[in-house]
Amino acid sequence: MIDGEILTIGPGDLVPHVLQIKHDGYRLIQICATTTKEGYELTYSFGRGYEMAHLRLIVGPHAQIMSISNIYEPAFLYENEITDLFGVPIQLISPDYKGKLYRIEQQTPFK
Amino acid sequence: MATRSVVPFGPQHPVLPEPIHLDLVLEDEKVVEAVPSIGFVHRGLEKLVEKKDFHEYVYVAERICGICSFMHGMGYCEAVERIMKVEVPQRAHYLRTIWCEMSRIHSHLLWLGLLADAFGFESLFMQSWRLREKILDMFEVSTGGRVIFSVNKIGGVRKDMDADMLKSFVALFDGMEKELRILSKTFLNDYAVNSRLQGVGFLTKQQAHDFGAVGPFMRASGIDRDTRKLGYAAYPDLDFEPITSDVGDCYARTQVRIKEIFQSFDLIRQAAAKIPDGEIAVPVKGFPDGEHFMRVEQPRGEAIYYVKANGTKFLDRVRVRTPTFANLPAMLETLKGCQLADVPILILTIDPCISCTER
Amino acid sequence: MNVSKSPWLLHYDGSSCNGCDIEVLACLTPVYDVERFGVINTGNPKHADIFLITGGINHQNAQVVRQIYNQMPKPKVVVAVGICACNGGIFKECYNIQGGVDTVLPVDIYVPGCAARPEAIMDGVVKAVALLDQKRKKAAEQPAPDPKEAG
Repeated sequence: MIDGEILTIGPGDLVPHVLQIKHDGYRLIQICATTTKEGYELTYSFGRGYEMAHLRLIVGPHAQIMSISNIYEPAFLYENEITDLFGVPIQLISPDYKGKLYRIEQQTPFK
Repeated sequence: MATRSVVPFGPQHPVLPEPIHLDLVLEDEKVVEAVPSIGFVHRGLEKLVEKKDFHEYVYVAERICGICSFMHGMGYCEAVERIMKVEVPQRAHYLRTIWCEMSRIHSHLLWLGLLADAFGFESLFMQSWRLREKILDMFEVSTGGRVIFSVNKIGGVRKDMDADMLKSFVALFDGMEKELRILSKTFLNDYAVNSRLQGVGFLTKQQAHDFGAVGPFMRASGIDRDTRKLGYAAYPDLDFEPITSDVGDCYARTQVRIKEIFQSFDLIRQAAAKIPDGEIAVPVKGFPDGEHFMRVEQPRGEAIYYVKANGTKFLDRVRVRTPTFANLPAMLETLKGCQLADVPILILTIDPCISCTER
Repeated sequence: MNVSKSPWLLHYDGSSCNGCDIEVLACLTPVYDVERFGVINTGNPKHADIFLITGGINHQNAQVVRQIYNQMPKPKVVVAVGICACNGGIFKECYNIQGGVDTVLPVDIYVPGCAARPEAIMDGVVKAVALLDQKRKKAAEQPAPDPKEAG
């Protein structure tokens, strides 16, 4: 990956890409969701040394997204946060808080 | 196999001023797993971008956390400035750097005090906080506030420091350094303190990398990375090297943070000697359009400010990845296998900031 | 003003930004030092006379705050520290803030400020001490329930 690059990929390509990135020695920096008119935009940031590069998924509201928490353990916090606040259905998060990470009263406020 | 029991930790716990809840799964006295539940201080301030325009949001960003308030404000401003391609005057960069390093000194001293309190050394706690008050006085003289400053704005800073003020600060640092040397002797050489910190809560270099740890927590495990080296504000002009340790236990984290305080004194001295004359802010016209990931080294580690703008006065999204959020998975890993009585110290040595984490 | 007893204080962070919390702690440490009024910070609600709350109230911490309050012995005084604890402050419009502490507890003393200054917090605590005395006096004036009647 090139430093600062944002690579847009399809939801199905996420896991193979992330496996490759993990193999290349990157660490997970963050995962961030943004609501768009059509659905969501998820940005996964990875780092190696001082470099940082991103993968981006642009998906509709009902897209099936696989968790990467079995590849990068720390991802579970970000993914649970995104499920909790945005209502993006991310599958197979481990551990899965099932939308109860923040235990807020209002359901998916960013949706 | 010993019977398993679950001990709740928090949300109201004497060791932390902030609420976090952990379910500690124990086998006798040994922790086998820790499951966090958060959300006690979740406010949802990232969504306030829909109600406050991008200039006003600086005030919200500062209030993500009262300890690193300056750096939160600065990180957000730098992100917007980069999207808008605003050329911030060099003097403003230097002033920001000085305030950043003052924040680091105050945060690390605060942490040293809380650590001393956690291992039951009351007078050391009081001494650390007494020393910290001197930095707060400097903040009050230079910005008007003690913990929330509101000196950042998009395009620069609001207040200037004159030569006399800078001189008096640097002169005060000499005295503070002497006092800190005395304190650090107790933190690093005292038998009772060592027995609580040494050999407790190991995090290996590989674990630090895999779990995405940041800041002093990571550097104490031997990873040589400091986001200040990326060169925001005036850091490209200043001479410094990341402080690391290869040991990775609670003692190493204490050592790294103490050394970082001395480094911050040095950085402010360098900045005070090099600070150029000139404007402290430029006028900013128009609205931002685009996105940027801004990385800032806070006292607790790397923070990331993601700002996405759409060309109107309201931003699409502001997302802050705070250092404690990144450090939580690694902390849960170090908790495994420790004694129940060491849990408070272990949690403290990552320097958790819950209001940052939950926003 | 006559201060007769040494009140113990319990501090809980509702959903504040930490600014007021570190100022509360600053009050308890040298330079400001409320211990000179006999005030001691305790972690146990059953030891506490004054309940200091910083930050706003949300759905999740409302029950924690209520529970701590109920565990405190009478008479007790609630001090809301900082503008967020008073009415929600800058976070008032956030989706996860239902408002100030007075949405769940009867607040006796409001200390405004963002962040509340140590001088203001101390002023609030000293006022709380006086109020505690008043409440104690009032309780003493009321006729004690007859043990026979109480059964």
